[in-house]
Amino acid sequence: MQTLDLDRIDVRTANQQLHDGAGGDNEYEILNPMGRHAIAVGLDGPFEVAVRGHAGYYCGSMNKQANVTIEGNAGVGVAENIMSGRVHVKGYASQSAAATGHGGLVVIDGDASARCGISMKGVDIVVGGSVGHMSAFMAQFGHLVVCGDAGADLGDSIYEAKLFVRGSVESLGADCIEKEMKPEHLETLRGLLEQAGIDADPKEFRRYGSARQLYNFKIGNIGYY
Amino acid sequence: MCGIVGLYLKNPDLQGKLGELFCPMLVEMTERGPDSAGIATYHETAGTGSKVTLYHADRHFDWEDLVEEAERDLGVSLELRRISTHAILGAKDAATDLRGWAERNRPDVRIMSSGHSLEIFKEVGLPARVLEQFGIKGMHGTHAIGHTRMATESAVTTEGAHPFNTGDDLCLVHNGSLSNHHLWRDWLEKNAGITFQTENDSEVAAAYLTWRLREGASLSEALEAALKDLDGFYTFAVGTSDGFSVVRDPISCKHAIMAETDDWVAMATEYRALARLPGVKEARVWEPKPATVYSWGRA
Repeated sequence: MQTLDLDRIDVRTANQQLHDGAGGDNEYEILNPMGRHAIAVGLDGPFEVAVRGHAGYYCGSMNKQANVTIEGNAGVGVAENIMSGRVHVKGYASQSAAATGHGGLVVIDGDASARCGISMKGVDIVVGGSVGHMSAFMAQFGHLVVCGDAGADLGDSIYEAKLFVRGSVESLGADCIEKEMKPEHLETLRGLLEQAGIDADPKEFRRYGSARQLYNFKIGNIGYY
Repeated sequence: MCGIVGLYLKNPDLQGKLGELFCPMLVEMTERGPDSAGIATYHETAGTGSKVTLYHADRHFDWEDLVEEAERDLGVSLELRRISTHAILGAKDAATDLRGWAERNRPDVRIMSSGHSLEIFKEVGLPARVLEQFGIKGMHGTHAIGHTRMATESAVTTEGAHPFNTGDDLCLVHNGSLSNHHLWRDWLEKNAGITFQTENDSEVAAAYLTWRLREGASLSEALEAALKDLDGFYTFAVGTSDGFSVVRDPISCKHAIMAETDDWVAMATEYRALARLPGVKEARVWEPKPATVYSWGRA
């Protein structure tokens, strides 16, 4: 295990070391994150990174292949635009967690606040707690699993992402509706919960997705372009 | 973008360290607001019932002359404390209307704050320099609120810096921008007799709360009403002589984080401003929910 202490080196230097080590299968620990921004961003290699404390904004963003664990809370935009690999937040996550994520898995043990999974494009997100308002706004692809409750306007203007919520939904956003939970959805959900290490019964969840009634879904509109 | 921080001490033993704990919090928010900075501190001064903090850009301004004039007009003796470009005038009797006197007689000076325990210091420049200029590190007290500003709604001037006070120990710092402040400015001027010092939208929010408190509302009630009446983006941290509150608008675009231990409660725009407070590792840390008023003390 290699140690990067952010009270001794700056974030840019630490990230450079992580980028330079991308070829190996190294393990890293990052000490004294102290809420600093952009820790362990842009990683591209199959290695393990443990952030020992609370991270600031964009931790684990643009991640490819790496497995980043934040042993605390994460600030705004954790795992933003994640491509693959896994980012695990052991505390709670602030706004816009996993925003625009293309792939990989983001696990948040606690709550995630507003706009979790905004414009997600293929990432799978599993939240052990609840999510705030406007989560999965314009969500295009991937899965959002919420073991607690969802705030107002869930899935507003959603495309093809699939949303699973165990608790209550304060309100659904435009064009988001509840959908039938079919056996294949239960299977997908079971797999996601297992990957996230969360013990929950898939049968307790409800599924939400797009009604496909907004402008972009009307093929007739293509004639205007 | 701006940075705001607030620290409210629950443990009286820490009051002598208020400035020492507070300064690193504000400095950490420099990148969010390098234009100017402001600090509000609350502490009682023995034998002082009423005080006002005044500002004049000239460091050699003749404050003694101003005090003599005020003493003559008001028929009371005043204490004068000078700190850089600011001067704090104190009167024994809480009923002495120092603010009113300054408003009527000395348009050449700016009123930073008035009340029983509040003092506000603000200046253009990097937060570390502003803290140094006013010796904030050595200040004691019960709570402090600060702001680092990146101006959007009005010019980079000392007057435009936060915190804002419009009377009676209330002060407010704001991250965001209001969209219906002109409407409320007109209404408060006409109906509540409030005098504004700047064109700043956040001063209107402070005035709105001052008006609500004068009408008998608690700080929490005033903020609940503000959620309905003030339109725009905001995270507010608000202090009164014995209370501290935080509220965010229903959309909550403007970031905020809070932490609480048995000894203190703190808020900041970003966690890194709280990361070095004593005992923060064991603190309860959370993000304030949208449209929810959080209050401590007599708020």
